[in-house]
Amino acid sequence: VEIRSMHFKATASHKLNDAVLQASLIKARSKFVDGRAAAVAEVEVWQEIRSHAAALRDHVIANLDAYLLEFEANATARGAVVHWAETAAEANAIIVKIATDNQVKVATKSKSMVSEEISLNAALETAGVEIVETDLGEYILQLADEPPSHIVAPAVHKSKEQVADLFQAAHGKPRLTDIPAMTREAREVLRGKFLSADMGISGANFLIAETGTTLTVTNEGNADLVTTIPRIHCVVTGVEKVIGTLEDFATLIRLLPRSATGQSAANYLTLTTGVKMPDEQEGPDQMHIVLIDAGRTSLVGSDMQEMLRCIRCGACMNHCPVYQNVGGHAYGWVYPGPMGAVLTPAYVGIEKAGDLPNAATMCGECQVVCPVKIPLPNLMRKWRERQFSQGLRPWSERLAIALWSACAERPRLYAFATKLAARVALWLSTKENGGARVIRYLPGLDGWTDGRDMPAPQGRTFRELFAESKSSQAVREKSV
Amino acid sequence: MSARERILDRIRANSGKTGATTDAERSAVRAHIAQHARGPVPESGQQATLTARVAQFKKECERLKTSVDEVLTGNDVPQALAGYLEQNGLKKRVVAWVSFSNLPWSSAGIQCEKRMANGDDLVGVTDCFCAISETGTLVLLSSPATPKLTALLPETHVCIVRASRLVNTMEEAMALQRQEQAMLPRATFLVSGPSRTADIEQTIVIGAHGPYRVHVILIHDAVQ
Repeated sequence: VEIRSMHFKATASHKLNDAVLQASLIKARSKFVDGRAAAVAEVEVWQEIRSHAAALRDHVIANLDAYLLEFEANATARGAVVHWAETAAEANAIIVKIATDNQVKVATKSKSMVSEEISLNAALETAGVEIVETDLGEYILQLADEPPSHIVAPAVHKSKEQVADLFQAAHGKPRLTDIPAMTREAREVLRGKFLSADMGISGANFLIAETGTTLTVTNEGNADLVTTIPRIHCVVTGVEKVIGTLEDFATLIRLLPRSATGQSAANYLTLTTGVKMPDEQEGPDQMHIVLIDAGRTSLVGSDMQEMLRCIRCGACMNHCPVYQNVGGHAYGWVYPGPMGAVLTPAYVGIEKAGDLPNAATMCGECQVVCPVKIPLPNLMRKWRERQFSQGLRPWSERLAIALWSACAERPRLYAFATKLAARVALWLSTKENGGARVIRYLPGLDGWTDGRDMPAPQGRTFRELFAESKSSQAVREKSV
Repeated sequence: MSARERILDRIRANSGKTGATTDAERSAVRAHIAQHARGPVPESGQQATLTARVAQFKKECERLKTSVDEVLTGNDVPQALAGYLEQNGLKKRVVAWVSFSNLPWSSAGIQCEKRMANGDDLVGVTDCFCAISETGTLVLLSSPATPKLTALLPETHVCIVRASRLVNTMEEAMALQRQEQAMLPRATFLVSGPSRTADIEQTIVIGAHGPYRVHVILIHDAVQ
């Protein structure tokens, strides 16, 4: 996916005025937020499971090299070939080579955000391989030639009518607008692809070191067909996805579907371990596992290492007031919402993704809902600090922060400045119908007051009031 | 240096470790794995009796839209299946895993083919390695005799579950697998209800790429 994160502000404004998108976002918000809340409330040991999950992810990340080697040894013992790629280009070259060496004509793919990161489809198409997305949402987006806007529900921004147009154009059949009928039509079109593909490409939600297993979590069943029917199965995933044991997986899967979609269980947990046995009638002859770095190891040992715990549930974006209003495309790369605001600068560079860690209200909801307790607001703040110290923010913002810090370090100056500001703010305010005073317009901060009124201060600062109450208390104490 | 070495080196350097991964570090990881430490389990995964496990399993199946029928012995399965197929207006023609060849299919009017399902078969019959009551999950393990596609390609998947094979949790299912088999099979397939999607306007549709219907025939083979 092309990086467009530097255009966040412009895209976000545009998205706020997109009526179809806004309707889709409102619908998705209630489903995801209410669904998760109900599903989490059923589990009385939710917090204990979160703590256990965070600890087990931390343990693996702290010993990541040894766990990857263990995974590699066990996967290799079962006939899989493990490849390592430092960059997107290397990963694509490896997969294209596998395809061309084996005369692959058609490849089916189940949803993989890592494959979006590296633009795998484009690389395979250039090499003459027909690549077919099989997750319904990704299939819709392939027809529309658009990137996903959500990591769990990639086509969440599309309306039924838009999908109906795409299907009519692609399938050459009468236009359907009944969602179950549309789904059946896509199933029938894709069934032929599943059965005829030479290569199946999947991502991995987890890699299990103990058994050399790759694992996908799906509802549609497409990943099962993709990993079982073609003669070659190719897994593309990040080095941070490794976990220790099947028990670790049991813990994480109590968290993942509930956090993602409010489901108590995902429909299909697909564990694939090696190639087919001699007398089996199904399963791949070749299994390739491509482990990708592409920025991940830069987080190891850093003050943002906690981000590597992420299990890609999407709860942080579902609960983010910014995401809820602008949708995923505004973020300009693969990962939207708070997790994207932390990952995108790390993977593509802070100079390209500077707006993302600033596109947050710091309400903290993402951290509250994160199943593996990633302190997302804190990590976004660290990116902001780094941007400030590298001089990557606009001069006006740096000046404002410099002025504020100069005042904050000098208590007398601070008292005087706030006293003055409180009075100026009162003077700028107007009386509302209800009698309360509000500020309708703040010079220099009109971007903020364009969309909302600011409650006006009462004219005196907390310090003034506190000093006054202290002196009156002293008088009272004296008189007793 | 290969990409593999550079990635591993970077991980070690960034973690403040020097040199290549040592044998002691590899052994420590293996020892940690060998503990198979379990995390906290919700009450729904701690049913003390078989009766409670069955009740929990049925409750979760209902929620997942997996229908459940109950019979007393394996020989009752064909008759129960015939009833289910009739109820759903389905033809009495199924493909089944070879392990069911000795059940009285023809006396129930069912034409049962013992082979792997293909894209044209409408009903696939399997049993399962075990089932998990906490989440209503069927655990299917692949082998030459138990191909996964029979549970996946047909529009209807019928799964025979023995009550004696109901475990509480995924942890118990995996422990049972380790106890009974030398290694994890190529495909470990955990099924919780019929396939579904919500990719168009967040509207849940049952029947995406996998079965439209999952039907469990539960055999009460254990003493309660």
